Amino acid sequence: MTEPISEKEVAHVAYLARLRLSDEELQLFTKQLGAVLEHAKDVEALQLDGVEPMSHPLPLENVTREDEVDEMLDREEVLNQAPAVEDGRFQVPQILGEQP
Amino acid sequence: MSSIIPATSLTAQTIAEKVQSGEWTALETLENYLTQIAKSDAEIHAFNTVLEDEARAAARAIDERVALGEDVGPLAGVPVAVKDNLCTKGMRTTASSKILENWKPPYDATVVKRLADAGATLIGKTNMDEFAMGSSTENSAFGPTRNPHDLTCVPGGSSGGSAAAVAAGFSPVAIGSDTGGSIRQPASLCGVVGVKPTYGGVSRYGLLAFASSLDQVGPFANTVRDAAIVHEVIGGYDPKDSTSISEPFPSFLDAIEDGVEGLKIGIISELMGDIDGISSEVIQKTREAATLLSKNGALVEEVSIPASLYCLSAYYLIAPAEASSNLSRYDGVRYGLRVDGETLAEMNINTRTAGFGDEVKRRIMLGTYALSAGYFDAYYGKALKVRRLLAQNFDEVYSKYDALLSPTSPCTAFKLGEKTSDPMTMYVNDVCTIPSNLVGHPAISVPFGSGSDGMPIGVQILAPPMQEALMYRVASTLESAEK
Amino acid sequence: MTNADLKDGWELIVGLEVHVELGTATKLFCGCINQFGDEPNTNICPVCLGLPGSLPVVNEKAVISAMQLGRALNCSVNRSVFARKNYFYPDMPKDYQISQYDQPTNTDGYLDLPSGVRIGIERAHIEEDTGKTVHIGSTGRISGSDYSLVDYNRAGVPLIEVVSHPEIRTINQAKEYVEELRGILLTLGVSDAKMEEGSIRVDANVSVRTTNEDGLRTRCEIKNVNSLRSLGRAIEYEANRQIDLYENGESPSQETRHWDESAGRTRSGRSKEDAEDYRYFQEPDLVPLNPNSEIIHMIDQGLPTFPSERRTQLAALADMDIAEIALIVERSHDDFASETIRAGATPQMAIKHLTNNLSDGLGKLTPEAFTSLLQMEETAELTSTQAKKVLGELVQKGGNPQEVAAQFGLEAIGTDQLETLIDQLIANHPDEWERFCGGEKKVQGFFVGEIMKSTSGQADGKAINQILNARTAE
Repeated sequence: MTEPISEKEVAHVAYLARLRLSDEELQLFTKQLGAVLEHAKDVEALQLDGVEPMSHPLPLENVTREDEVDEMLDREEVLNQAPAVEDGRFQVPQILGEQP
Repeated sequence: MSSIIPATSLTAQTIAEKVQSGEWTALETLENYLTQIAKSDAEIHAFNTVLEDEARAAARAIDERVALGEDVGPLAGVPVAVKDNLCTKGMRTTASSKILENWKPPYDATVVKRLADAGATLIGKTNMDEFAMGSSTENSAFGPTRNPHDLTCVPGGSSGGSAAAVAAGFSPVAIGSDTGGSIRQPASLCGVVGVKPTYGGVSRYGLLAFASSLDQVGPFANTVRDAAIVHEVIGGYDPKDSTSISEPFPSFLDAIEDGVEGLKIGIISELMGDIDGISSEVIQKTREAATLLSKNGALVEEVSIPASLYCLSAYYLIAPAEASSNLSRYDGVRYGLRVDGETLAEMNINTRTAGFGDEVKRRIMLGTYALSAGYFDAYYGKALKVRRLLAQNFDEVYSKYDALLSPTSPCTAFKLGEKTSDPMTMYVNDVCTIPSNLVGHPAISVPFGSGSDGMPIGVQILAPPMQEALMYRVASTLESAEK
Repeated sequence: MTNADLKDGWELIVGLEVHVELGTATKLFCGCINQFGDEPNTNICPVCLGLPGSLPVVNEKAVISAMQLGRALNCSVNRSVFARKNYFYPDMPKDYQISQYDQPTNTDGYLDLPSGVRIGIERAHIEEDTGKTVHIGSTGRISGSDYSLVDYNRAGVPLIEVVSHPEIRTINQAKEYVEELRGILLTLGVSDAKMEEGSIRVDANVSVRTTNEDGLRTRCEIKNVNSLRSLGRAIEYEANRQIDLYENGESPSQETRHWDESAGRTRSGRSKEDAEDYRYFQEPDLVPLNPNSEIIHMIDQGLPTFPSERRTQLAALADMDIAEIALIVERSHDDFASETIRAGATPQMAIKHLTNNLSDGLGKLTPEAFTSLLQMEETAELTSTQAKKVLGELVQKGGNPQEVAAQFGLEAIGTDQLETLIDQLIANHPDEWERFCGGEKKVQGFFVGEIMKSTSGQADGKAINQILNARTAE
């Protein structure tokens, strides 16, 4: 029987989500995620071609606000909570790779 | 069985009346609850943070205003415990996660503001499953909360702390959040009232998001009336929340005593045994509730919501998908935990790996997978269609019935550690509550007796969107009849 | 670069993705000030900082601007839905960008270029801008940097992303496209569209193919183009790079490349293996936008006349080609030109002066004065040189041309007077005259010069030549 999800796929989504898994965790999570996906096979098997997806419970539309200035945050208050700050900006380690 | 349940509990209604009239002070009211907390929270761990100083200051301020003859509001001097995933300005808000262990938001959630404006005193931030992911509060990074009825048992989750706080007499009312049952299920397990409002009925601004199209903030209380009072205070349109309903809700309290004469109430048959794992005791209690309602003049019949059978799967695809995106912002850059790395990506990975617990990681990965190219249609896309089917089922049923009845939780409170080894076992706890989240309908859990293990059982009333008044009315009948 | 500049047998295919920052007072999803150049992290709030618990609320003005732009680009305005584009990068506070994916606000439009070509527009959708990252290290560029600093003032500023079909075939068309789009944005007043400030950013999708091919080959996306000149250089470089690869039996990889202005070349940014899976899904914190036909009608009614229509109108009025009058429209002198022409001025004459002598602006020149001046030139009351001088004065100080001409003591020399002068000259210089009649054309210059000297430059060159030629015939 093919597993619903492979260790390779789990490792891949872990990277996409910026998580590191130990070998044990990779094994365990693969099994556990597999169990959930296995359970979800009932949904996967349904024939729902004519049914519109429902992204949202509410039939609301056109909710907007006026283009008016509102209260902003004090910079110091925000920067005080930041892990690393320089020159009024948030500092991060070296970024490899360009902005997607 | 070791339990911490107060002999009597004051209602918020009573407290507000007495404080507003000057008969009691907000401060002495608060002190009684703080004493209770000091006595017993070490064992229960309902709170992550007890806000003694802030609460006392707020209580004094209320008393001053009362002395000046001011109308302080419908929750005058009422202590409120708030789940630790709601922003409280300048006060620790952790979502019971290491990644936010010391974070202090620079702003208040709308709900928190409205409680304060109504005269309530914020007594503390309650423990929860990390980022609201769980059904037992065992996923907290700061240790579990114990069920006040039996300290070896879980209080339910994810709002276990809030439910326990009310059950243990630490606070007359509390606030939780409900994404798949996280208010109603712990309410059921702790023997208190818990409500999930109509989606959009209570602002989500300031609620740390888990699954945005499912999350709702709601009240815990000892009585149905108290829950309705708090619900009215926190509910209503918020321009800061685009998913907030602008249409005003009819009063929840006006018709609350009107009884159920002439109402048609459906029992959801799929939740009365079709689905595995629902205990026969729970089913029995639900039938008793049905009998009680019909004795009081309601017409009670079995109805079918066929899509209920697929709800668990659909939920465990939709919720993690949204959560995986909502939790991306915890990257060590702007706030919260940072674990350094040579490069940005390494820092992100180190931070999130150290900062998130296992259940959170599982759901993030599951959600990321469900949204991935290649799997979107089969999993997430399909789940959204199940949601539509479910909505259609409900619409059809509600064209003939006024309200619905079902168990809240498939079982009574289980032991700590009993269900932690297999995620699926834990997920099944949500099977009765998930449907209302998926379609955005209101639902309430009302305490209704106990099992042979002596632990509380709750029954659930579901109503159509914006029909909270009807929901409270039926719940109120159950509550008084059961007594 | 025209197609002629590409190697023989190869054709250039370019599609442009242009990001436009809207000049709304506040950001797209919150009430923070939308302003360039403020102190870092001073225009922030829980929403644009992506703080836990924050929620977006859409700026109505941004939506209206987006629809206006869509209609200006002849798009259909649709019911639209916001979507999350998920990826990790520090300039995105939520580590996802709220954008639009499969149901964007505007689709299926076009932009007409001054040269007459029509470029199809696939879509113009709404999304939020990111913050700004500064790389600290030896080069100031991202590679080789030690660390980076992030400013979120720009995070959440409303953007419209305009995506053209790959129908641009020359570098000139690419530049025209951007300039035309700018013109529309400025006319609408929805953006100041300054490339140097980043309120308009251009990415080019470049591919090539042989001239007898139908399909499209692999394209590369070129980023970091900061001026129109760079755009031209980057497209040229990239097209040739791709052709070279094909001619060596290789082919370009589908990738994003960065234009290096100082080195004059594009560099590989990300390889295909790192291609992001953005995991798009509908934004659950927002609800769909569904403009009704009344709103769209109102927007249509309120649209100003855009450059292409103004060009068409002026060309028709002047009975000239669009290419001949495009510059007049670009300078917004078309209303002025139209008034002049309707008052009876010769179109060619009016356009010629506007093109050559009024590039610095109209100043105090009125349409009446201009029309009158043109008439004086038409009837040879003033030479064209004299007219130019009077024009300059009218621009500076205003007034009417008759007064200014009199002020300068300008009168065109009458034909009789001119003939007399010429005859005198011929009489005084018989040798030169003989040489001129013999066919030595360059002696003409001598006679013209002498006449000019004796008339202080107020004789009309054309008239002089006419008379000289007439005399030779005798």
